[in-house]
Amino acid sequence: MANDHIDITVEPGEVHALLGENGAGKSTLMNQLYGLLQPDEGEILVDGEPKVFRSPRDAIAAGIGMVHQHFMLVPVFTVAENIALGAEEVRGGPLGWLDRRRSRRDVLETSKRYGLPVDPDALVENLPVGSQQRVEIVKALTRDVDLLILDEPTAVLTPQETDELLAVMRSLAETGKSIVFITHKLREVKAIADRITVIRRGRTVATASPDTSTDELAALMVGRDVSLEVTKTPSDPGREVLKVSGLIVDDDRGTRAVDRVDLVVRSGEVLGIAGVQGNGQTELVEAIMGLRESRAGLIELEDKNLAGRTTKQVLRAGVGYVPEDRSLDGVVKDFTVAENLVLDIYDQAPFGNGFKLNPGPIADSARERVSQFDIRTSSPQSTVGTLSGGNQQKVVVAREMSRPLKLLIAAQPTRGVDVGSIEFIHNQIIHERDVGTAVLVVSSELDEVLGLADRIAVMYRGRILAIVSPDTPREEIGLLMAGVVTREAEDTE
Amino acid sequence: MTTEAPEAPKAPAKKEEKEESFFGLFLHNLWSANTVTVTILSIFLALVIGAVLIVVSDSAVLSTFSYFTARPSDALNASWDLISRAYADLFKGAIFDPAAVQAWFSGTGDWKTALNPLSETLTYAAPLVFTGLSVALAFRGGLFNIGAQGQAVIGCVTAGVAGFAIGLPAGLHLIVALAAGLIGGALWGFVPGLLKARTGAHEVITTIMLNYTATLFLGWLILQNGVQDPDRTDAVSKTIESTAALPGLPAPLRVHLGIVLAVLATAGVAWLINRSSFGFELRAVGVNPPAARTAGMSVARTYIMLMVVAGGLAGLGGAVQVLGTADRLTGQVAGNIGFDGLLVALLGRNKPWGTLFAAILYGGLRAGGNLMQVDVGVSLELVTVLQALIVIFIAAPALVKSIFQLRDARTARLGTSMAKGW
Repeated sequence: MANDHIDITVEPGEVHALLGENGAGKSTLMNQLYGLLQPDEGEILVDGEPKVFRSPRDAIAAGIGMVHQHFMLVPVFTVAENIALGAEEVRGGPLGWLDRRRSRRDVLETSKRYGLPVDPDALVENLPVGSQQRVEIVKALTRDVDLLILDEPTAVLTPQETDELLAVMRSLAETGKSIVFITHKLREVKAIADRITVIRRGRTVATASPDTSTDELAALMVGRDVSLEVTKTPSDPGREVLKVSGLIVDDDRGTRAVDRVDLVVRSGEVLGIAGVQGNGQTELVEAIMGLRESRAGLIELEDKNLAGRTTKQVLRAGVGYVPEDRSLDGVVKDFTVAENLVLDIYDQAPFGNGFKLNPGPIADSARERVSQFDIRTSSPQSTVGTLSGGNQQKVVVAREMSRPLKLLIAAQPTRGVDVGSIEFIHNQIIHERDVGTAVLVVSSELDEVLGLADRIAVMYRGRILAIVSPDTPREEIGLLMAGVVTREAEDTE
Repeated sequence: MTTEAPEAPKAPAKKEEKEESFFGLFLHNLWSANTVTVTILSIFLALVIGAVLIVVSDSAVLSTFSYFTARPSDALNASWDLISRAYADLFKGAIFDPAAVQAWFSGTGDWKTALNPLSETLTYAAPLVFTGLSVALAFRGGLFNIGAQGQAVIGCVTAGVAGFAIGLPAGLHLIVALAAGLIGGALWGFVPGLLKARTGAHEVITTIMLNYTATLFLGWLILQNGVQDPDRTDAVSKTIESTAALPGLPAPLRVHLGIVLAVLATAGVAWLINRSSFGFELRAVGVNPPAARTAGMSVARTYIMLMVVAGGLAGLGGAVQVLGTADRLTGQVAGNIGFDGLLVALLGRNKPWGTLFAAILYGGLRAGGNLMQVDVGVSLELVTVLQALIVIFIAAPALVKSIFQLRDARTARLGTSMAKGW
């Protein structure tokens, strides 16, 4: 059961934040409002009238619009075409032709009325993520909605874009629209929401006002007191472990993703890479791991060149890797917890000898890791797909940190992970640093980088724009993430 | 999350049910849509439809239906008589004939006649086990090996040629011939594996093309000097030496050592999949190639190895066919064993032991079908129809589920498991 007797009321002109961890049931609830799922019990009232939504079409007709976490846009269509899609203006009967001019005019009108500038003729694939999101919002507004649902809208935005979005939400609310803002980021909730509904394990646990403290909200969300701050001692950097110089890497489409990057990670320190997703962080990490070929440049692990090595050789050289896409790259969901815990060391003693597996040691070690890393599973023999996101991530972390490491690379280590597990994973990363491992953390969540890193490299369009200390003001790092280099930032470097 | 939800409360519920009768619980589980239930019901449904076809295809019985309203008993009796005789023959031809067994015990018949049906079943089943395992193993690694047929044909060719072209002492000769079949099939699997790994060419396309190549090569080869039987003008090769033949039971029983090898191969494949490092790799590559790559496994190498092993298994199937059942190469020596292997693997849910049982079921249908054709005059093609129907129902578990109003269980997996290949 994803939703268990939830009550929620949204007033007109209100920004209502729906706060909850991943898997708490926020999206399930909103998908029912939007007609994508049907409730088993209970009813939905719009302006006091009970409604049944069999499909999003019904929901839109009732004045409910939704902007999904993953945009539902056709990349090769123009903005106007995307907005018209599903409600095309047709002239000359049901088999008539598309009235492009009118859809274009509608778009311009809506965008002007709500102060949301979009270019109707631009191809969606050429737009930055923030603008694509704006297109989604305009699309919902052209359908004349009264209630707009935004599902995790800030996950892909820079801090500046986030601020802009919050301003847009505020102004929409002022015109009388209601907004449901789904998120798990407490800072944004406090900044914008008029009312906050906290959901935990499919139940409404509280309705709070925005002046509730962050710690209280977090406790409501998780169900116990959590510390959101990463507690750590000052770092004690030692020798250079990873040295990247002049690295150039292309992405799958052949465009330059990493452009002459130089980096040094020392033992006993955490180097954080901040940046909006899609600025070359993925390709940088994949190149280091031997998953992607580099065009030029050196990758050295303690003076041994890693470029051109296979992934297996890189792992064997003492590199631990927490990939950013857990369900795709991190775990094999159909495998058991025990099998996933040896996914990259199954052919090493004592788990196997390259020819056969040794089920005994695999099971023993799995039991040990499950208790050591607090992996909540009914048994080490359950398949990983049955675990929550946080526990799946703990399986990855447990696997990578269970062997002697020189370098740990953690990409988006807490994406889609519940707050309780975030705390645990962060502590594990700091622990790894404290025993002298060099740690490279890549995250698009600025708070995470600020909390974990001893030095922060800001990446923009494939380049490291600056390396700054974590005490640098958020705004300044935010500007760097958007590609704006200020004088102070350059000085720090 | 939502799909797991209904399963979660199961554990506490079970304890409460213990209070109920054990029988009730058993029935509950029996009538839920699990793999075994769906398989059995699929066979049942296929037999029901098959019964209709038997009646429709018999003109004598069909004519009694023309005066059905006047005397329905004629039509019903005739239909029932025909169906029961046909299916009784299917059973007698596949498992045992009670009359023959009784004759054996009372001393009027001999054990050979009594065991003949089982012998026939296992004879047909043996090569299917190998080709079925070939498909099942490849599927576990995420590859759809349509090429088992071609690999089996090449296995027939290499094993057959080794069987008549070289002279070696008994025993050693057999081993060499089997090995030749294995290597031939493995080579025929290696090619699509390499193409897939290096260029990404889809194995379905390449293996289909190699099937044609193999069959045409066989057709050409058996007409060549040194291969063709010098005493014959038609497309038949020389007879393989007795030293290379798989030993079997005395004639007329046809069953041979091949079925024992098939059981050993099943055990071997089961071990390979579940207990070996290679099996770990292939399972990981089969369900999540990116994760396998990230964990340092070589997906390309796994694909190549997988196709080599799968090809080798299918090649062994061909070798068993030619060294055990046939004793020479003909254009049709491999029959349909490769394509039937696809269906056998599907029926066995791509599990080694499941594949073994499915192959025996297929062998039984084939053996029983022979008797049915001789005795009642029902065409052997009906067996093909039955086999096809069983596979259709198994591939569409939702259909079986709705026909029998089964409780929801894990059926969702059955359907998706095969759809994934495409």
